[in-house]
Amino acid sequence: MGLVLTTLTGNYAVSYAVKLSRVKVVSAYPITPQTTIVEKIAQLIEDGEMDAEMIRVESEHSALAAAYGAASAGVRAFTATSSHGLLYMHEMLWWVAGSRIPLVMAVATRTIGPPWNIWTDHSDLMDQRDTGWLIAMAENNQEVLDETIKMFKITEDPRVYLPGIVGLDAFILTHTSEPVDIPTQEVVDQFLPDRRQPYVFKAGDPLIMGNIPKDLELNMRMREDIDKAMERAKKVIDEVDFEWGKLTGRRYGGLTECYRCEDAKHFIIGMGAWVGDMREAVDKLRSKYGVKVGLIKIRYVRPFPREDLIKWLSNASSAVVFDRSFSPGSGGHLFLETVAHASVAGVRTPIKNCLAGIAGVDVTYEDIVDVVLKSISEVEEVGTFKEFIEWYYRGGR
Amino acid sequence: MKGWYAVVDEIILPLSRPTVGVAGRTGTWRVNRPVFNSEKCIKCRLCWLYCPDNVIDVNEANPSNFITIDYNYCKGCGVCVDVCPTKALTLVPER
Ligand code: SF4
Ligand code: SF4
Repeated sequence: MGLVLTTLTGNYAVSYAVKLSRVKVVSAYPITPQTTIVEKIAQLIEDGEMDAEMIRVESEHSALAAAYGAASAGVRAFTATSSHGLLYMHEMLWWVAGSRIPLVMAVATRTIGPPWNIWTDHSDLMDQRDTGWLIAMAENNQEVLDETIKMFKITEDPRVYLPGIVGLDAFILTHTSEPVDIPTQEVVDQFLPDRRQPYVFKAGDPLIMGNIPKDLELNMRMREDIDKAMERAKKVIDEVDFEWGKLTGRRYGGLTECYRCEDAKHFIIGMGAWVGDMREAVDKLRSKYGVKVGLIKIRYVRPFPREDLIKWLSNASSAVVFDRSFSPGSGGHLFLETVAHASVAGVRTPIKNCLAGIAGVDVTYEDIVDVVLKSISEVEEVGTFKEFIEWYYRGGR
Repeated sequence: MKGWYAVVDEIILPLSRPTVGVAGRTGTWRVNRPVFNSEKCIKCRLCWLYCPDNVIDVNEANPSNFITIDYNYCKGCGVCVDVCPTKALTLVPER
C-alpha cells in the first residue's frame, strides 16, 4: 500500500482530522494564528464534505461554552483558539473538565501580550495546565493530524472522560506546509468507536450541572477523581498510540519519545516544533563533538510524564530542559515539574533550565548545540551548574 | 442521582435533577421583596417567563390571583418587577 502524501499546513491538518473524526458541532471565534483551522472546516461544511454545524459565536468564552453544550448533549464537538482567546476561554476549561465531558480543542500556541505579538511560545498552553484537560503538543503536521484524531479516542475512553488539547506552534506549524498522510475515512472509522461520555443532556429529561455542593469533601473528591483519571490516561494514551500505529504505521511513543537515548549520558528535554531542531542538535553533538546526547521529547504535559523522565534521568550525567514558557519569580514550567518529580524520586542528576524562544524569538539547532556544549563542559568541570536557570539570548545578553 | 451529586462509572459528578429547592433556601438571600397587585395584572406572563429562579407560578384557574411567588426561594432580584409592563409587581424592602 503506497502512501499518498498531501502538503498541509498544521492548521489544515487539524481541520482534516476533525472532519475524519466525524465531529458534529464546531464552535469558534477567529484569532491569529488559529483562524484557518475553522475557516477550512467552515469550507468543508459548506462544500458538503463534512456533516456538521458551525456555530459562530461572539467570543472565545462562548465558543467553548457552545462546544461544551453540544458535547454534553451527546455529539463530538470541537473548538480551536490561541493566546488571548485561550485566556479569555480559561474559565470554561474548568467547567468542561469538572463536568467530565470529552471535548477536543486545538491550541495554536502563541505568546501573550503586551506587546501585541503573534509569534509562538507556550505561555498560553501552559497557563491551562491546572484545568484538568489533557494537554498534548505536536512536533510536526503529521503528528498534529494523528494526535487530534487520537485525542477523541483518548478523551472518550471511560477510564479518562476528560477534555483534551492538541497544541501546535504558531506559524512554525500552523502556517507551514509539510507532507502529510491523510488517512482514509475507513481507517478512522475503524479506529474511532461511537462517542462515549458519562451522561447525556436530553430534551425532556432535565439535568443540572454544577449545583451548589452540600458536602465540600465530596466536592474535593471530584477534583481528586480528575487527578486519578489523569493517571489512568497514561495507559490509555499508550494503548491508543499502539493501536493507531498498527493501522497507519505511525507510533510516536506514549507521553514521551526518547531519541537516541540508549547510550545517552546527557539529555535535552523539550516539546513542540523545536523538537525537530533538537533532533538535529543531538545528531550534530554526536557526530561532530562526540558527546552522547539523547533527546526526551515531551508529547504530553498533562498527564505529566513523571515515570518516563525519572527512568531516563536517573543514570544521566546532566540534562537541559528547554522551556518556551515560565512562571515569573520561579522558573520554566517543564523544568520545575521535571526537577520536582526527579528529586522526590531521588534522582541526583544536575538539571538545568534554558529559557529560550520566549515571545517568538527564533532558536536554531546551532543555539541548542551551543547551550548543551556549555552545560556539559560546566558539569564536567564542577560537577554541577552554577546557575540552574539561564535566559538564553543568541550572542549573550 | 443523590440529591446534589451523582456517581456514574465510579466517577463522582456534580450532576443532579432540577427539583424545588435543589440549591437551598435562596429566599434567605432576599433584601427586597416583589409584591403582587392583582388589580393591575394583565396576565401577560412576562414575570413567569423571566424569573431566573423559576419561582413564579401562573394560576390559570384563578384570574383574581393570577401569579404566586414562592418566597422560600425568591431571591429578590427584581427582574420580574423590571419586566412587568403595568407595575403590577413592585419591590419593597424586607422588614
Ligand atoms: S424577585 Fe427575582 S427571584 Fe423573586 S420572583 Fe421576581 S424575578 Fe423571581
Ligand atoms: S408581568 Fe406583571 S402583568 Fe404580566 S403577568 Fe406578571 S404581574 Fe401580571
